[in-house]
Amino acid sequence: MKSRTGILFAVLGLLTLFLFLLDISAGAVDIPLADVWKSLTGGDVSDTVAAIVIDIRLVKSIVALLAGAALSVSGLQMQTLFRNPLAGPYVLGISSGASLGVALVVLAGVGSGFGIVGAAWVGAAVVLIVIAAVGQRIKDIMVILILGMMFSSGVGAVVQILQYLSNEDSLKTFVIWTMGSLGDVTRQQLLILVPSVVVGLLLAVLTVKPLNMLLLGEDYAISMGLNIKRSRGLLFLSTTLLAGSVTAFCGPIGFIGLAMPHVTRFIFGNSDHRILVPGTFLTGGSVLLVCDLISKAFTLPVNAITALLGIPIVVWVVLRNK
Amino acid sequence: MIELRDFSIGYGQRQLLEDVRVTIPSRNLTALIGRNGTGKSTLLRAVAGLNRNYSGHIDIDGKDIRSVAPDEMARMMALVTTERVRVAALKCEDVVAIGRAPYTNWMGRLQEQDREIVAESLKAVGMEAYARRTMDRMSDGECQRVMIARALAQDTPVMLLDEPTSFLDLPNRYELCTLLSKLAHEQGKCILFSTHELDIALTLSDSIALIDPPRLHCLPTEEMRHSGHIERLFNNPSLWSASLCRT
Repeated sequence: MKSRTGILFAVLGLLTLFLFLLDISAGAVDIPLADVWKSLTGGDVSDTVAAIVIDIRLVKSIVALLAGAALSVSGLQMQTLFRNPLAGPYVLGISSGASLGVALVVLAGVGSGFGIVGAAWVGAAVVLIVIAAVGQRIKDIMVILILGMMFSSGVGAVVQILQYLSNEDSLKTFVIWTMGSLGDVTRQQLLILVPSVVVGLLLAVLTVKPLNMLLLGEDYAISMGLNIKRSRGLLFLSTTLLAGSVTAFCGPIGFIGLAMPHVTRFIFGNSDHRILVPGTFLTGGSVLLVCDLISKAFTLPVNAITALLGIPIVVWVVLRNK
Repeated sequence: MIELRDFSIGYGQRQLLEDVRVTIPSRNLTALIGRNGTGKSTLLRAVAGLNRNYSGHIDIDGKDIRSVAPDEMARMMALVTTERVRVAALKCEDVVAIGRAPYTNWMGRLQEQDREIVAESLKAVGMEAYARRTMDRMSDGECQRVMIARALAQDTPVMLLDEPTSFLDLPNRYELCTLLSKLAHEQGKCILFSTHELDIALTLSDSIALIDPPRLHCLPTEEMRHSGHIERLFNNPSLWSASLCRT
């Protein structure tokens, strides 16, 4: 069994690498593979080609890999923490917090100095602070889940009002943001996105043991010595860094975070988070790379593709759990 | 050994137990009995450290649990709750291995000794053949045994079980309680389990803790049988004679 897990990791790792390179080579402009390679390794190619490969495609591929991995790992954390197979990275209301931030900037013109990214970040962070504050007082994790959902719906209503009242141009900007995009991140923004996601992932690695204990429920976890407040806090922080940063830069990308933990559990046939965290990183990253390849081929918004790929998986999960 | 000193607990206006002073001995299987709603689970949760809304003291082997750190507490006491836990895609031995959490490093890596304890725990509950199976295809009785093995792997002097027999059929109930009794005697544990089964409590446990609101009496089974408390509290002649006949 050990070797099977090892082989799976090797295969998934190579697949992810292959998809990553494929994603860099594919695009609207035809660039020969040799030139792509030269641009990546600093060889002799024209500045335009180098700029396309490095500034556009490489950045976008990194974003796709990290966004897929981040959303999936945070979905895994939420599914285990809430012991709910239908939990995802957005159950705490992170995406609605982000969208309220963006709606305020784009639709209402409040604090436009933030820009879309800043607004989404602030929105997601505010949600984290509210949830963390509430989480300190409320013991029952299900109550937090319900509050998170109610909070999302409430914020969604405010966003709808803003949409209703706004003019056509800003409405379109907002709606396009909600469709998700991997291509709007610049090289400079990558300097914020990458460290946030990396810190979030490190926290995820640090919480594998608490997550394994939480598989048996909070009472059991506490009886085995888990510091529940600290672990919850770390998990909330990790999820906000992962899902919040990705949502800020790419918009709310649905279904990946919900579906990929299930796929990973199925592939490895294991619920041990020491396997699931790295496993979900690879499956999530590679699936969003595939989505990006498809969205490049048909010039469609990435959210439509993640949903079309993710929904059958969610349906399968529901049917399998009866 | 569990000692309750000046212990009172309740919720809201309702006081369940008041000024309780009781010792639950080691190397003993103790059944916790009482009518519905008299606070069996509440008491067990308090002793397990999951409910701190009580007054007075709970001492485990002479240490007040209020002053014990969570990780130390986890090495003193293991708990089996009423919840039917079924983790998909996790092998029994991995479930039991989670019980080693108080002893393993930050990522829960098992040492050779931990593996041995996991194997022994599964063997003690007669589930060694199931080590590599997953819980989603096992019966309630089998799952219950795995959860007890997990508690055993935690390697604690005290073990609490909240209605461990409730999902089991009659032969399984007896088998499980016989197993608990064996564990208490062979491994020298203090095992306290709540139950609704008077006959099981009277035949298999060494002592009985009886909730007589708002008091708690704890006596060796034989003394409890003759104390008259049980007749008084479970005042239903047909049930009572049935359980006496069997003993």
